[in-house]
Amino acid sequence: MSMHIGTGIHAADATAGDASVDRTSIYVYEAPLRVWHWVNALTLTVLAVTGYLIASPLPSVPGEASESFVMGTVRFIHFAAGYVLAVGWLGRIYWAFVGNHHARQLFTFPFWRRSYWRGVIWEANWYAFRRAEPKKYVGHNPLAQFVMFWVFMLGMVFMIATGFALYAEGEGTDSLLYALFGWVFAVFPNSQSVHTWHHLGMWALVIYSMTHIYAVVREDILSRQSMISTMISGERMFKDNRDD
Amino acid sequence: MASRTETFYDVMRRQGISRRSFLKFCGLTSAALGLGPAWAPKVAEALETQPRIPVIWLHGLECTCCTESFIRSAHPLVKDVVLSMISLDYDDTIMAAAGHQAEAILDEVRETHRGEYILAVEGNPPLKDGGVYCLPGGRPFKDTLTTMAADAKAVIAWGSCASWGCVQAAHPNPTQATPVHEVVTGTPVIKVPGCPPIAEVMTGVLSYMVTFGTLPELDRHGRPKMFYSQRIHDKCYRRPHFDAGQFVERWDDEGARKGYCLYKMGCKGPTTYNACSTVRWNDGVSFPIQSGHGCLGCSEKDFWDKGPFYERLTTLDPLFVEADADTVGGTAALVAGGAIAAHAGVSIARRTAQRRNGNGTGNGTGTGTGKGQGPGHSDTGDSATRG
Ligand code: HEM
Ligand code: HEM
Ligand code: SF4
Ligand code: SF4
Repeated sequence: MSMHIGTGIHAADATAGDASVDRTSIYVYEAPLRVWHWVNALTLTVLAVTGYLIASPLPSVPGEASESFVMGTVRFIHFAAGYVLAVGWLGRIYWAFVGNHHARQLFTFPFWRRSYWRGVIWEANWYAFRRAEPKKYVGHNPLAQFVMFWVFMLGMVFMIATGFALYAEGEGTDSLLYALFGWVFAVFPNSQSVHTWHHLGMWALVIYSMTHIYAVVREDILSRQSMISTMISGERMFKDNRDD
Repeated sequence: MASRTETFYDVMRRQGISRRSFLKFCGLTSAALGLGPAWAPKVAEALETQPRIPVIWLHGLECTCCTESFIRSAHPLVKDVVLSMISLDYDDTIMAAAGHQAEAILDEVRETHRGEYILAVEGNPPLKDGGVYCLPGGRPFKDTLTTMAADAKAVIAWGSCASWGCVQAAHPNPTQATPVHEVVTGTPVIKVPGCPPIAEVMTGVLSYMVTFGTLPELDRHGRPKMFYSQRIHDKCYRRPHFDAGQFVERWDDEGARKGYCLYKMGCKGPTTYNACSTVRWNDGVSFPIQSGHGCLGCSEKDFWDKGPFYERLTTLDPLFVEADADTVGGTAALVAGGAIAAHAGVSIARRTAQRRNGNGTGNGTGTGTGKGQGPGHSDTGDSATRG
């Protein structure tokens, strides 16, 4: 690895005191994936807030019923965001087929690969403060992949299926949506249970998001690679050039 | 007993129902079924020409509320006619025959009308211990039910007991009370849930089946679409208050007096498929929500285990956790938040400690956490030390 000082850096305001090192950077997350990530994060937030308000509505408004549409608006925002989330999800699945191989990681789980599980244990030890440093990964680290697959990916499928099943009830039992999602009521014949589990799914995703954001920020500071900027520019920058 | 060629019309006439009343009944029936006036002559023709189908009405583990509802069918004419249709055969609560004479009717109908009669079932069979928890006529109900169902044209599961299990199947279901469709195989089962079902719904379904000799169109759970395709909430007259966001917050508040939506008081209308908000009860006089009380969801599966009745959020059925999604999820989120905060605290403490004794001596020694510091660090980086 070479080191450049002062004039070796081709910047207008470089001084002799400035130094830079060579670092590797890999383009991992392509633009559609990044756009999806942030649209998804936004809609999920909107869905969690409006969903909570559907279950525990705001205090009653006074006046004529025809003058207000508070609950109706909250529900409308929820359904609109639900559609955006679902369409985005379809786009994300499409991208898993046509995008680079990192676009597929969210949907695959190397259950039978020993080295994968060793990686999970390694990362878990890093989080338990029993390792001085984590390994470097171009894609997700094994522990992250575990949570992404089992909590986020399956959680999304569950929320979209139950959400559209509930929505289909409003559309009517002979609607197209009901034909597509009515099977949810074969699993939970009483719609009340679908509400309850859709609601619990929200908490699962809330906890996922809390952990995810914490882990991303922490890794960005403590790990050997970039995190947050990776989901903005797509570039994964490694902070050292040592082999693992 | 009934000869094979006897029609329903013959029976009604024999029971003293006039032709005029008969035609009126046909009009009412087609209206109740939502078929429109043009169908009245077709109903009449069917009843005049089709051979009468016997209806057998069995009672298992139940409270007889379905029968109570049924015999109060709002229109007296409907009641008379429909009762004359069925009481002739077998209904151990309201028929004239008793004892062995009554039980013999079952075998006789099964022999003479194999594959033609309709089996209406009120209540359900408890399966535990060989079915000894329900022994009408000294015989386990599950045996009577399966034998009679095997040769029936169709089975009507009256009420929530027969349809879903109802209160006797509530957790932990000590007698293993089991809904009819899980015991009867090979014969179509029509569910008419409710605790009890609305009288007009019951007579409507029965009239449809005996009149047309076919099953009404059913939904995915086997309920007749004409009465169970919409939720209470879809046709509730308080719905505008729901959409506006005007709720009863306490039983004695202003909203309760103004007839606001009962959602926050635990109304299960949004998840309950039944005809209460359209057909209503007692000759269309009222229904629970109109009387200021939320729907309990009585026609839905396991409604008794999806409590509390007076809370919007219900328990995590079928896990039988006595807590709702917000309690469980919120607690988990708090624990996760606490864990994250603690983890962050330890991470920061460790890093500060490492910085303090690591920075001056260089960090190529293997602790390795000094890399990649934020902006402003140009001098270290283990890449430099190692490279
Ligand atoms: C993944 C993100 C989602 C979250 C966090 C979420 C959250 C919630 C919550 C907490 C509720 C209240 C449940 C209750 O009754 O206790 C709810 C209700 C509902 N959600 Fe979602 N939801 C999500 C996705 C969706 C999607 C994709 C749809 C599809 C359009 C959808 C449609 C509905 C419907 C129809 C209801 C019932 C509304 C009502 O009963 O008035 N949700 N959601
Ligand atoms: C509701 C909020 C969020 C959700 C549901 C979410 C979800 C996800 C998912 C599913 C991925 C995997 C992408 C894939 O492989 O397709 C991911 C990656 C990522 N997210 Fe989020 N995210 C959220 C918020 C955030 C926020 C606020 C940040 C930044 C502060 C962030 C930063 C990242 C980064 C950096 C990655 C890439 C991880 C890596 O480099 O391996 N996310 N996120
Ligand atoms: S009272 Fe019940 S059924 Fe009527 S609008 Fe409110 S929640 Fe829906
Ligand atoms: S309003 Fe609800 S609880 Fe009451 S009878 Fe109708 S379905 Fe049953």
